Amino acid sequence: MNKDYKLHHPAWYRRQMQIFWWLKRFSYTKFISRELTSLAVGWSAIMLIALLWAAGHGAPAFDRFLTLMSSTSLVVLNIVAAIALLFHTLTWLHLAPKAMVVQIGRYRVPDRLLLIGQYLSWAAATALVVWYFGGSR
Amino acid sequence: MSDSITMQVFRYRPETAAEPTWDTFEVPAGKEWMVLDALNHIKDHMDGSLSYRWACRMGVCGSCGMTVNGEPVLTCATYLTDLPAAEPVRVEPLKGFPVIRDLIGDIQDFVHKLKRVSAWIVREEAKPLAGGEYLQTPHELSQFKQYSMCINCLLCYSACPIYRLEPEFIGPAVIALAQRYNLDSRDQGSEHRMDVLSQDDGIWSCTFVGECAEVCPKHVDPAGAIQRYKLAASIDWLRSVLLPRGRR
Repeated sequence: MNKDYKLHHPAWYRRQMQIFWWLKRFSYTKFISRELTSLAVGWSAIMLIALLWAAGHGAPAFDRFLTLMSSTSLVVLNIVAAIALLFHTLTWLHLAPKAMVVQIGRYRVPDRLLLIGQYLSWAAATALVVWYFGGSR
Repeated sequence: MSDSITMQVFRYRPETAAEPTWDTFEVPAGKEWMVLDALNHIKDHMDGSLSYRWACRMGVCGSCGMTVNGEPVLTCATYLTDLPAAEPVRVEPLKGFPVIRDLIGDIQDFVHKLKRVSAWIVREEAKPLAGGEYLQTPHELSQFKQYSMCINCLLCYSACPIYRLEPEFIGPAVIALAQRYNLDSRDQGSEHRMDVLSQDDGIWSCTFVGECAEVCPKHVDPAGAIQRYKLAASIDWLRSVLLPRGRR
């Protein structure tokens, strides 16, 4: 290339994203809400660890934990966290057929069937947990 | 429908102004006109300096993607009658790309990324012409056909907030096209593509907003392609950890 030749560069105009871009479209708002529900996942994990810790330190520690958890603010917080967790879980269950293409021979398992499989697995896992803890009483 | 339509068109003329402006045109409402027909009318009869890309006028070339009333669409496939009659039709360039002039965005970034993933059939050793074609069954074709429908219109990039916030993200169409070749029985380049796409700016930047699949005029479903890729990358990684080298 001729050393005197200068590559043309257009005078670009760049548009900035507005800070509330996620309120402009329902799907964006839903996406940000789903991301925020990760906080509820974290909170629930902390609660579970605290529960196990209390259970492992004898009856007085467990009673103290139950008293703490029955305070109004924590009950409200945990109800909100449970709703957020449900939203989070449903979102990811519905994502699964997008990521998984299951073929049996030349037959591609339809997305709806994969989704039903997800819900059945969820129900089975829940039943197992209920049976295990229900039976140990 | 009234006899005319008000068009508000984004104008950017860097030789005269550093900031863009909006021009308003009253365009006759032609029977069964698309937004592109209205733009062509403006260029032919009202302002010849208006700049935009278009070619085939039948939803095949992918050139005429623009933002119409805030939505990324192919202007050759958007009827004026489908837009609210009471409001002006607002036409802007696709969001996410730097604007060169008027309705034209600079898409070099996409072209470079397409090259990075080798979006073509890669063979370790090409057979000579005398060896004949690489044959493929209809079933093998069906594995990637959906992704091969991509026309590079870039509506998916415009709809993706991640790309607009982090332009280094390799983006939906490039990943869908990489997947198109990975799933092609004639291709042998999936390992190289995985190396590129498993970087930070690859598949893991996608947080599954899902809008790329919603706006795609060819139902390619880039969001699905990306999630499939994530699963494949995770299995690949797991195999590399669990299996001895010879059995990966």
